[in-house]
Amino acid sequence: MLNLKQLEKVFYEGTPDEKKALQGVDLTLNEGDFVTVIGSNGAGKSTLLNIIAGVLFPDFGAITIDDKDVTFIPEQKRSKWIGRVFQDPMAGTAPNMTIEENLALALGRTKKRSFLRGVNAKRREEFQDLLSSIDIGLEDRLNTKVGLLSGGERQALSLVMATFTKPRILLLDEHTAALDPARAELITNITKDIVKKHQLTTLMVTHQMDQAIELGNRLFMMDAGQIIFDADEKQKKDLTVEQLIEEFQKIRGKQFTNDRAMLSV
Amino acid sequence: MVGALYGAFESGLIYALMALGVYLTFRVLDFPDLTVDGSFVTGGAVSAIMIVNGSDPFLATLLGGVAGFLAGCVTGLLHTKGNINPLLAGILMMTALYSINLRIMDMPNIPLLNQSTIFTKIEAWWNSLQLDEILMKPFTALGISDYAPRTFLVIVSMVVFVIIIKFVMDWLLQTEAGLALRATGDNIRMVRSLSANTNRYIVMGLGLSNGLVAISGALIAQYNGFADVNLGIGMIVVGLASVIIGEGLFGTKKIARTTLAVILGAIAYRIIIALALRVDFVDASDMKLITAVIVVAALVIPHWWKQVKENNRRHTKKRQLHQNGKGENTHA
Repeated sequence: MLNLKQLEKVFYEGTPDEKKALQGVDLTLNEGDFVTVIGSNGAGKSTLLNIIAGVLFPDFGAITIDDKDVTFIPEQKRSKWIGRVFQDPMAGTAPNMTIEENLALALGRTKKRSFLRGVNAKRREEFQDLLSSIDIGLEDRLNTKVGLLSGGERQALSLVMATFTKPRILLLDEHTAALDPARAELITNITKDIVKKHQLTTLMVTHQMDQAIELGNRLFMMDAGQIIFDADEKQKKDLTVEQLIEEFQKIRGKQFTNDRAMLSV
Repeated sequence: MVGALYGAFESGLIYALMALGVYLTFRVLDFPDLTVDGSFVTGGAVSAIMIVNGSDPFLATLLGGVAGFLAGCVTGLLHTKGNINPLLAGILMMTALYSINLRIMDMPNIPLLNQSTIFTKIEAWWNSLQLDEILMKPFTALGISDYAPRTFLVIVSMVVFVIIIKFVMDWLLQTEAGLALRATGDNIRMVRSLSANTNRYIVMGLGLSNGLVAISGALIAQYNGFADVNLGIGMIVVGLASVIIGEGLFGTKKIARTTLAVILGAIAYRIIIALALRVDFVDASDMKLITAVIVVAALVIPHWWKQVKENNRRHTKKRQLHQNGKGENTHA
């Protein structure tokens, strides 16, 4: 359902800072796939996500969602089909608006925003049910300004906002990286539940190898703007962190250099 | 003295519309829009020239608002399509509007004396209702009729109009589109990821804001009895002063509360100015300086106050701990 063909992206072309972020990325996601993407810093993971989301346009190649060419459709139009959670917990919510207002805002992702009241009694009830399902007490604080929530709570809310309108594709950009281990685990579990419940086709970038192995049914390893390793469901089942590092060395003939990834092993 | 205060109250009500416009850009959209200095005069210029040429004053005021709306949209387009920094986009538009306003008016000042304005129109209707006599009764009953205003016409009509605008704005900011507008000023990246065209919201928000500012300008021209091309100079600071004073005095808990605070802030500002002008050594020409001082004070004093309170709290805590410590020692 998501299809990327020969994607290429170069930053600062023709200058000493030239950076080939993507060098011919091909990939196909099937309905319901949950893919985790790992790779060292600068491997092109974020660029890939940004190009799928429409924040950046590729220099070459094509993106189709449900057989529709979306390569150059701008971000705000494409986000009809794409839900996103960012690494920064501050990025996915509006701090000076209340929880219910943020959720009402997210409802507008799939349908046109009207001049009717954004939060009404019926919606408030729906929001309450929705937040009870993640069970961190947000359902009793619908009128709280989001800026007063903790990072973990904000990230949980971002996750709910990105998913409850059932996007065709969910993009998660290291969305647990800025949280402490306990919160990160909580968000990981919520992610697992939500993706399973809505059967979302998901692409998740992560620095933590164990998380990449634990979650999802496929695993991509990226390096220097290419997908160098694609583990399918069967392969992924028995994969270990050591094997992944070994695999990387075998393919690239160099050490897997990523402090954060190494430390988190 | 009392007459000056009523005057301040009346003009404060009219300027409240301008303050609501400034609130919409400065606070809701987080866009410091300087177009206001120009669009305020544009509203006055369009309505004045139409009234002088015999148009209906209500239509003239409305079209003044439309002209302001268009001016705001241009500023929005300069920023969103032209990628010009918000401050600069506003300054450019304000500069351009100065010449445009002169073109509209064809002279730097249009007197509106003996013309049919909104206020003369309402006055005819108002007098037929004889409301002034009813409203005057409590004053005469208390024997303070000297302290009553000449007429309640401007106050009553403007209170009604400003409250209508306030409720429309409160409602608008709670709609789905309004939520997206507010979020655009709060977290623009998120709004894009939630499939909203932020450029459209910025342009519309600036348009609405300057529309309100221009209507305020049109009403002030009719209230004062003239339109002047220099009337808009420093208007943005007056608007900011109103917003900041209002928020400081009356709070910002909810949208409805904040818009009310902004309106009351505009009135408070006019009253402060009226009182300041009563001081002997203050000239009318010192008004801009006073405005600047008020804004600085309104920005700085709450900050200091917070620090003082925080310090006091810390000292009390320390003292308590100290005393508790002593208490334990005597027990030992």
